[in-house]
Amino acid sequence: MNINATLIGESIAFFVFVFFTMKYVWPQLNGAIEARQKQIAEGLAASEQAEKDLELAKKEATKKLKEAKAEAAAIIEQAKKREALILEEAVDKARAESDKVLALGQAELEAERNRAREDLRKQVSILAVAGAEKIIARSIDAKAQADILDQLVEEL
Amino acid sequence: MAANGDTLTSQSYIQHHLTNAKACFTDEGLSFNYACSDAGFWTWHIDTLAWSIILGLVFILSFRSVAKKASTGVPGKFQCAVEMIVEFVGKSVKDTYHGDSKLIAPLALTIFMWVFLLNCMDWIPVDWVGTLSSLIAGESWQTIESGQSHVYHKIVPTTDLNMTFGLSFGVFALMIFYGIKIKGVGGFLKELYAHPFNTPWLYWFNLILETIALIAKPVSLALRLFGNLYAAELIFILIATIGLYQLPVHFVWAAFHLLVIPLQAFIFMMLTIVYLSMMSEDH
Repeated sequence: MNINATLIGESIAFFVFVFFTMKYVWPQLNGAIEARQKQIAEGLAASEQAEKDLELAKKEATKKLKEAKAEAAAIIEQAKKREALILEEAVDKARAESDKVLALGQAELEAERNRAREDLRKQVSILAVAGAEKIIARSIDAKAQADILDQLVEEL
Repeated sequence: MAANGDTLTSQSYIQHHLTNAKACFTDEGLSFNYACSDAGFWTWHIDTLAWSIILGLVFILSFRSVAKKASTGVPGKFQCAVEMIVEFVGKSVKDTYHGDSKLIAPLALTIFMWVFLLNCMDWIPVDWVGTLSSLIAGESWQTIESGQSHVYHKIVPTTDLNMTFGLSFGVFALMIFYGIKIKGVGGFLKELYAHPFNTPWLYWFNLILETIALIAKPVSLALRLFGNLYAAELIFILIATIGLYQLPVHFVWAAFHLLVIPLQAFIFMMLTIVYLSMMSEDH
């Protein structure tokens, strides 16, 4: 337990080790640690930024999607309206066409009927005259009764 | 010095374990152990010197190997461990020492790691290395068993006052160096005599008080470490004398030193930082 020269040896060793650590150990290790800390901090900040960006992009995407949906709905609405319009137009047109055809047919029918009636009337008058002629030929002169017959024909 | 009786045997056994291997230069050249009893101060404890330098080299070379490869990339496991220690020491220094010095942190790291490794030698069972040394030197088993071996080998350097005082004198030198560097010779001296009572007629009192306070720092630093480890080693040796029951008892005591060994290293480091920061601050 006596103090001796070992003390000096240990003191020298102490200073040598401290010097070596100060020169060749501490700066490198501490530098590496600090550099890595910086790197990690930067990485964390970057990831945070990326997360924020992602959030923003998601919001943007949702907004875009909503807009697109609204637009699509509007287009569909418009198309439906247009469809109804076209349908109505077509129906109107068809109805008008059919009316026209119907009217034409009726007119034609009317004309035909008139003609037939005219023909019939003529035939009847001729028949009547013929009949009357035959009756009168037996009794009276045809020429004397001609004006009455004409009158008759007019009246038919 | 013959072993006659149990008491003497265990006494000499303990005595043997607490004796350092000495070397000195006498008229006959390099001499060892008993021949050095007259050498006085110029005796060297070769076991303390050898183990402390080996462990110091273990520390700086292992840390240097990591420092050389240190990169900002993904660290390996050993690098992680080393960096944890470096960061821990760096944080302790940053919390306590507010000056701007490139020396304090590496100094604290060296003290912490070196003292820790020196204390770790306490975990090696007390008989292993000593017995091995004696066997290599050709001592008989019986001589070794009775503690009569002429080969001495104490493997825990911090149980040697020279080791702990060597460290604390180094710290003391740095304290004075920093005190003078930062406050100047006048400022440093003024703190010795003009504090705590700043009246001229009490300067002599201040000087006594402050000188004792100043000297008490390295002395307490050295004695605290020495006392803890010497006591620990002594109890390890006592446990080793009780026979078969030493196994569980030794285990308990060794497990307790999981606490003591790093704690003493930490205290030595922390107090060094505190003393140096006190020396670097103006009152």
